[in-house]
Amino acid sequence: MATDTLNLGSLNPRSWLYPTPRGLYCAPGDFYIDPAVAVPRAVITHGHGDHARPGHRNALATPETLAIMRARFQDMPDTQQQALKYGESLRIGEVEASLVPAGHILGSAQAVLEYKGQRIVVSGDFKRRPDPTCPPFEPVPCDVFITEATFALPVFHHPSDAGEIGKLLRSLQTFPERTHLVGVYALGKCQRVIKLLRAAGYDKRIWLHGGLASLCALYQKHGIDFGDIALVSDAVLETFKGSIVLCPPSAIADRWSRRFFDPIPAMASGWMGVRARARQRGAELPLIISDHADWTELTQTLKDVGAPKVWVTHGREEALVHYARSIGIEAEALHLVGREEENEA
Amino acid sequence: MQAFAELLDSLSFQPARNAKLRLIETYLRETPDPDRGWALAALTGGLDFAGAKPALLRSFGEDKIGAELFHLSYDYVGDLAETLALIWETDPNAGPPPSLGEVVETLQRATKMQTPAILKRWLDALDATGRWALLKLLTGALRVGVSARLAKQAVANIGHQPIAEVEEVWHGLSPPYRPLFDWLLADGPKPSSNMGGAFLSPMLANPIERAELDTLDPAHFRAEWKWDGIRVQVASTGGARRLYSRAGEDVSAAFPDIIEAIDFDGVFDGELLVRREETVAPFNDLQQRLNRKTVTPKMLKEHPAHVRLYDVLWLDGQDLRTLSFDERRARLEAWMAAKPRQRFDLSPLVRFTDWAHLAGLREGMREEGIEGLMLKRGDSPYLAGRPKGPWFKWKRDPMLADCVMMYAQRGHGKRSSFYSDYTFGCWRDASDGTRELAPVGKAYFGFTDEELRWLDKWVRDHTTNRFGPVREVEPRLVLEVAFDGVARSTRHKSGVSLRFPRINRIRTDKPATEADTVDNLLRLVP
Ligand SMILES: [Zn+2]
Ligand SMILES: [Zn+2]
Repeated sequence: MATDTLNLGSLNPRSWLYPTPRGLYCAPGDFYIDPAVAVPRAVITHGHGDHARPGHRNALATPETLAIMRARFQDMPDTQQQALKYGESLRIGEVEASLVPAGHILGSAQAVLEYKGQRIVVSGDFKRRPDPTCPPFEPVPCDVFITEATFALPVFHHPSDAGEIGKLLRSLQTFPERTHLVGVYALGKCQRVIKLLRAAGYDKRIWLHGGLASLCALYQKHGIDFGDIALVSDAVLETFKGSIVLCPPSAIADRWSRRFFDPIPAMASGWMGVRARARQRGAELPLIISDHADWTELTQTLKDVGAPKVWVTHGREEALVHYARSIGIEAEALHLVGREEENEA
Repeated sequence: MQAFAELLDSLSFQPARNAKLRLIETYLRETPDPDRGWALAALTGGLDFAGAKPALLRSFGEDKIGAELFHLSYDYVGDLAETLALIWETDPNAGPPPSLGEVVETLQRATKMQTPAILKRWLDALDATGRWALLKLLTGALRVGVSARLAKQAVANIGHQPIAEVEEVWHGLSPPYRPLFDWLLADGPKPSSNMGGAFLSPMLANPIERAELDTLDPAHFRAEWKWDGIRVQVASTGGARRLYSRAGEDVSAAFPDIIEAIDFDGVFDGELLVRREETVAPFNDLQQRLNRKTVTPKMLKEHPAHVRLYDVLWLDGQDLRTLSFDERRARLEAWMAAKPRQRFDLSPLVRFTDWAHLAGLREGMREEGIEGLMLKRGDSPYLAGRPKGPWFKWKRDPMLADCVMMYAQRGHGKRSSFYSDYTFGCWRDASDGTRELAPVGKAYFGFTDEELRWLDKWVRDHTTNRFGPVREVEPRLVLEVAFDGVARSTRHKSGVSLRFPRINRIRTDKPATEADTVDNLLRLVP
């Protein structure tokens, strides 16, 4: 990896990395990063649906992300898979590429690309706070930083995870007979919420909707211990009174949830920080637990990577562009296809 | 403050009444004096201090992060207090967050000039939920779906007392209500009752149908018209004059014309009406005066309020509730005859010989402002609550309309997986000459559990669009909707609003094209 690369004078970074209708394209390497459609060669930052799509001829990602993609896309027999561990680098065409931890979910990475002495970092999705299911985000000094902006408004200051889990446990004390039905995204959030509950000392069985089973098993195969978990569908004569049941958010509104006694619909997501959004999702117990950086983390990261140019994508670009310019960074919004709606937040 | 903030936060998301009660009870039991008393005052609308104006909050926000970012933030969140609470960051060096007692006692003493500096210090020390609660308290709008009565019910529950006992002593007390908690939780003496215009828990009636009447002896019952207004209690004791809704909310401020006319000592039940000359105005006129903190002289002149009395509970320092209805009625009539009373009159008894005779009178009475009949046993004492047997309401048959389901929304709690709230519409001519559906109302009861399951499935099978918890459905299902009245409305797109709409029947037999028109409904407007 080159080091002293603050080299913007000669080369326009947009000449070798730019958005196209298929996604962000790196010309001298002839590959796309997290493309919206199937392409001949893709670099994938992480396994969420808006980043990892099926059908690429070649896919390069961390071993964990490839395992997640195989689990989601029927093993991907037609995709040439190339695993690149964190910190290793690889030459693709004229570009030196490496993957660095992003702290978002298991296997999530930033793509670090170097060409003619210039370094661009594509953050993918990231967060800065500790997550027991993946290594922490590593800031990489660069010439251009392409950052996500899912929660890029000063209203998003995610509170401490432990405090939010405490809210759930207190509600269980206040309503010991009611089933606490927690809506979580199947990849990342689900596993993190289980680990947070264990860290808070909750050691009872945690029940799971069937749709969460395969990814939890995959995490377990990667050495992550969840304690006593079981599938709702395997339960016989279980009343679920006073228990915690995790399910995909859509299942709360589904007929599936009728088996539970007077359930309290909870929802673990960064969007729960805004009351109108929480109400809109029907959450009666909103838990602000996010796998994305909040405003403080985003602005701190811009300072940490020290890039003179920042391209903002994937969310609420306007506020972050405004902020970056106010501290002397040359910032602009980068509009990428396929990222209009960030669901896995 | 932090515990109170968490209570408000939970209440604001928890729609079920019993769950709200549980949350308040838990808080009151676990929180020491005086904080729990101040919290109770906040929930029952009993706090009074100079608040903060929106302009102050906006300037705080703009100073903190700049006008541009604050504007983007406010635009996204949509609520000023919430926006400020979210963008502000806790300062770890700001010291411990204030207690609720400290907040209230400081604000009661602080001058307007001092408030901003104090407020900033608290915002630094609290977390986001704490800031939100503080700002809601300061802007005077808690909006967490808790009525004063619900809060009093929670207080009664922690002391295992009926709510009537709490209400009797309530108005002799003031925040932070230490004697109340001493009595309920620590074997203290019961505070003295019915001083200073206390609200007395009202006696309520059960609904009855024509067929059931034949099991009752008509000679035991007295009949009164059931007026289409609002049941109120006029309470003038210990020098305090108050007007309460049936739920015990103090609505005196909205009806200064009534309060001014009180020149007596006693507690009366009656119906609040708007009355012009000798006629009772439609319910809609009364609605203009409800939910207003202040009333304009114009409003007082054009919508004069009036109370039609039908019972007396206390008179000149004497509790009459143990007397029979007939004895109380005699006292009420004698009292009324002694002196003419501005803005008060007597609800007359309806004389009848047997149920068939009364049914005929009920049929014949088409006058506006009457909802049906009240039947009261002549020998019944005044009992708080809804005792079975002594009082009945025999409502006029509802009006019916065939409407088409347009949207469905998920319910709450036990119904959270069911589409149980339905918006329905009637036909009208669109500007382009075609017919379109205009929403006329929303109903979430009237059906059986089995019908709910059927409706839920129908909604899921006929969804055309989704907006958050709401689904738009194919305009194909006819619902027969029952309601108690129709009024013109500028708030509704269709121009009409229905009173107490409920689903009467599911009309799968009827094609949607044959549902009623908005014009049909307008014809029912009195
Ligand atoms: Zn993601
Ligand atoms: Zn994403």
